[in-house]
Amino acid sequence: MTASRLATGGSAIDRSRPIRFSFDGASVGGFAGDTIASALLANDVAIVGRSFKYHRPRGIWGAGVEEPNALVDIGGPQATPNTRATTEPARDGLVAKSVNATPNAQADRNAFLDRFSRFIPAAFYYKTFMWPDWHMFEPRIRAMAGLGKVDTHWTSPGTADQINHYCDVLVVGAGPAGLAAARLAAGAGLCVTLVDDQHKPGGSLGHRACEIGGKPASMWIEETVAELTAGGHLILPATTAFGIYDHNLVGLNQRHFDGRRDTLWRVRPRHIVLATGAIERPLPFANNDLPGILSADAALAYLRRHAVLVGRRVVVATNNDSAYGVAAALAEAGADATLVDIRRDGMPNATAKARLVKGRALAAAKGRLRVEGVTLDDGTRLDADCVLVSGGWTPTIHLFGQAKGKLAWSEARAAFLPGDPVDGISVAGAAAGSVSLSEVFASSEKAVASHGKTKAALPLSTGPEATGGIVAAWPVPGSKGRIWIDYQNDVTVKDVELAARENFVSVEHLKRYTTLGMATDQGKTSNLPGLALMAGITGRAVPEVGTTTYRPPFTPVPLASFAGARAGELMAPVRRLPLESVHRESGAVFQEYGGWLRPAHYGGRGVDADRAIQDEALRARRSVALFDGSTLGKIEVIGPKAAEFVDFLYYNTMSTLKPGRCRYGFMLSENGVVFDDGVLVRLDEHRFVVSCSSSHVAAVHARLEEWRQDRFGRDAVYIHNATSEMATLTVSGPNAHKLLETVDLGLSLDDADLPHMAIGHGFYGGDAVRIARVSFTGDRSYEISIRADRAEPLWAHLRQVGQAFDAVVIGLEALMILRAEKGFIVIGKDTDGTTLPHDLGSEGPRVKRQTEYVGRRSLFTEEASRGDRLQLVGLTVPSGEAPLPTGAHGIKREGDRLHSQGFVTSSYHSPTLGRPIALGLIERGAARHGETIEIQHLGKVRTAMITAPCAFDPAGERLHA
Amino acid sequence: MQLFPCPFCGPRDETEFHYGGDAGNARPDGAEVPIERWAGYLYLRGNPKGTAREIWVHTSCGEFFVMERDTVTHKVLSSTAFGGEHAA
Repeated sequence: MTASRLATGGSAIDRSRPIRFSFDGASVGGFAGDTIASALLANDVAIVGRSFKYHRPRGIWGAGVEEPNALVDIGGPQATPNTRATTEPARDGLVAKSVNATPNAQADRNAFLDRFSRFIPAAFYYKTFMWPDWHMFEPRIRAMAGLGKVDTHWTSPGTADQINHYCDVLVVGAGPAGLAAARLAAGAGLCVTLVDDQHKPGGSLGHRACEIGGKPASMWIEETVAELTAGGHLILPATTAFGIYDHNLVGLNQRHFDGRRDTLWRVRPRHIVLATGAIERPLPFANNDLPGILSADAALAYLRRHAVLVGRRVVVATNNDSAYGVAAALAEAGADATLVDIRRDGMPNATAKARLVKGRALAAAKGRLRVEGVTLDDGTRLDADCVLVSGGWTPTIHLFGQAKGKLAWSEARAAFLPGDPVDGISVAGAAAGSVSLSEVFASSEKAVASHGKTKAALPLSTGPEATGGIVAAWPVPGSKGRIWIDYQNDVTVKDVELAARENFVSVEHLKRYTTLGMATDQGKTSNLPGLALMAGITGRAVPEVGTTTYRPPFTPVPLASFAGARAGELMAPVRRLPLESVHRESGAVFQEYGGWLRPAHYGGRGVDADRAIQDEALRARRSVALFDGSTLGKIEVIGPKAAEFVDFLYYNTMSTLKPGRCRYGFMLSENGVVFDDGVLVRLDEHRFVVSCSSSHVAAVHARLEEWRQDRFGRDAVYIHNATSEMATLTVSGPNAHKLLETVDLGLSLDDADLPHMAIGHGFYGGDAVRIARVSFTGDRSYEISIRADRAEPLWAHLRQVGQAFDAVVIGLEALMILRAEKGFIVIGKDTDGTTLPHDLGSEGPRVKRQTEYVGRRSLFTEEASRGDRLQLVGLTVPSGEAPLPTGAHGIKREGDRLHSQGFVTSSYHSPTLGRPIALGLIERGAARHGETIEIQHLGKVRTAMITAPCAFDPAGERLHA
Repeated sequence: MQLFPCPFCGPRDETEFHYGGDAGNARPDGAEVPIERWAGYLYLRGNPKGTAREIWVHTSCGEFFVMERDTVTHKVLSSTAFGGEHAA
């Protein structure tokens, strides 16, 4: 190949703006408007990459998204691996590198692999690397696999925008069919969005000469764009419609080329017109992958758009009419062109400037690193520095297929065309099998017709019309030489034959066994030849073999587009306490607990966290502790049937609760499993507050709503989640009462007025406060709830008066120790998805309750009544030992075998007791207090004694101390 | 992404909804419900191919409703609030 830039012409390039970039370390010159591929061709760079498996030298094949060979890694600030050189604009200073080649594409160290190709056919590694162990080979093979390299020093240039968009008609593709459809739809008063992956609208009109309405096509394009723009319609160039999803949601990825990340568009059109064109197929002949063998249409595109003549001595091999115009154009531009057509008759008139060889096909391409000539099937040899091939056209029906559109085989076009229509989607132009411009425009009119009467005139093709004559030339079994089907994944005719021999004849099996169509180009040029070959091998017709499933994306989409702003802290935002900044000033170290960012302890960073936590827990028992419990769920249940409602929702009878009092209880799931626990407050006759686990509020709220709407009705109860409205500050410990007496809260704190499990109402600084005497520590406790935005002065006040009592501010970790000392459970930690309320020692309601409640029937199954259920216990280890590992299993021995008999759920060192404490779920545990069992963790066995869950103040005297 | 019509809020993305089970899966009350009946209520689902009547909740507004849809074509046939006062 001796490709060169012509002195004049090139509709896409701006010769006044020369640019320079580097490819594999060499400087390459071009013009603004060049793609990397067109600039490389203009500089006669033949080898641009190496193939995936055999490291064969590869050149540019196409001029668009179908490109299987010319992948490059783009370096620099917008580094992107595996970019198609045919669609990437060449920019000044850009650094591009070939993929899968060391050190570069021209001289690849792994090129020797090609000589071993007959030992490494499709699926060889499934058979070869079985013995002794795949993992022995894996690192080496992984290192060799893959194409481009990720730049690990890459930093994100920001987040991608995401736009939700709506329109009446979305037209995909701005070629003649799409432009006509957009104009006709606009003329019908519809709001149109037109997208195209090219920089400029026009599609094939940019390189296939035509005349519309007596004028050159370029004028019609400009006129159409101007009209659409003036009408307020949206035209998005450099934007790929990569997927059609459920209910015709269309995903678009828009490129910017100005340093910004791509933009993701989610479009909900009323109607979609697919005018996505068609992709040219290769022809099968030996060594058809050599550099210098291009798609004929691509060569024409490079000539017209970039003024690049791809060769001097050009053989144009074809089985259809479309290559005739290419041969004529290249001959016109000065190339020596020979047309080789497999047909003997029925073809269009060839240009006088090109030789025509009728009734012959290419048998092989000659050359080592680039094509030097061809041999015809009669043995004739032709010299050539470039071979252009056209094996026919595959309509781009990917989006139609994604929308579950059925395809129909057309023998006349040797292609699959869109079959039965899909709701809301029509297909126009070459994608629908149209060939001549008149047919294309007629298909556009049909696609838009059902949406309204258009005032726009149908464009008229006034020039010579293209014809679609074709005789299929599929790869056939038993061919001589190595004939490539899938260039990118190195799948040859022999590989497909091998798959057939081993009975991988289904098209989906063929794909996975040989990797045909599984490369980054997703088989845009290879799928149809591959399945046609399989049809030939198995004696079936092409439509009997069928196609693989079409799935998004049509071309690769950066993950950043899908992520949008959902990165970093916004990936999974945490909920924050109203007093967070105050806690930070106090040295709080924050951790995420069930979606909330909460102080773990107040020891500050860099200190021994365990010591800080032990110290907090110890001091809490000694005098008084302050704790921010604002995350505790506070869901109000209000209404005439509120009491009946909470009775049904709770395992415990709640309707007998007196106003102003609290009761602890369980909520079950319908399968009987304990779903949540907490204290229910009855504010008055028809008003309750459900306190639920901090991390469980949304789930409990949803469950209350479900039962309200499904069983009780909207008028019976009203549910309001007030969790974030109120901050809850807890004062707990032997001196809690004394401390609070020094703060004027406007109510009596005497035990007669505010006993344990009661609530009181008061005021602080003019704001109403609710004080609940409930305890999660086992000590006398007051939970003070106040408007979240007024909590700060109260918290400061409590801390200030606390100094006189040596009050300690405790984090969640210390609270966990305090509650474990008391045997108080945390749902989901001390219970699992099988724990029933009687496993936790709460047998009463199960035995006594006569009224209905959620999960009731499940408590009386055979499973629920088993004698060997896991039950909540305390576990004590000999003094001086370390705490048991959480998750360690209680074991029993049967001969040599170990069986689990439960596990440790919570385990801490108790500073107050001066020894480890633990909770666990142990088989028949409630009846085994005093028994010693073996506990195993990671092969190490220890002993522990089963006790009651409560290890501290079992009589509960401290609640009233 | 599917569009589901909330009877109160109109068409919204499917990500705003949670599935709530088969419609018409009536809860049998009482501790003496035959265990087969209870197991059916808890676990047995029709999983129909074609038209399905299902409970969904629109998490943005919190309302539960009945939606009829085709499990093959994903076409939404109707959506009705509990009590039938709103339909979309």
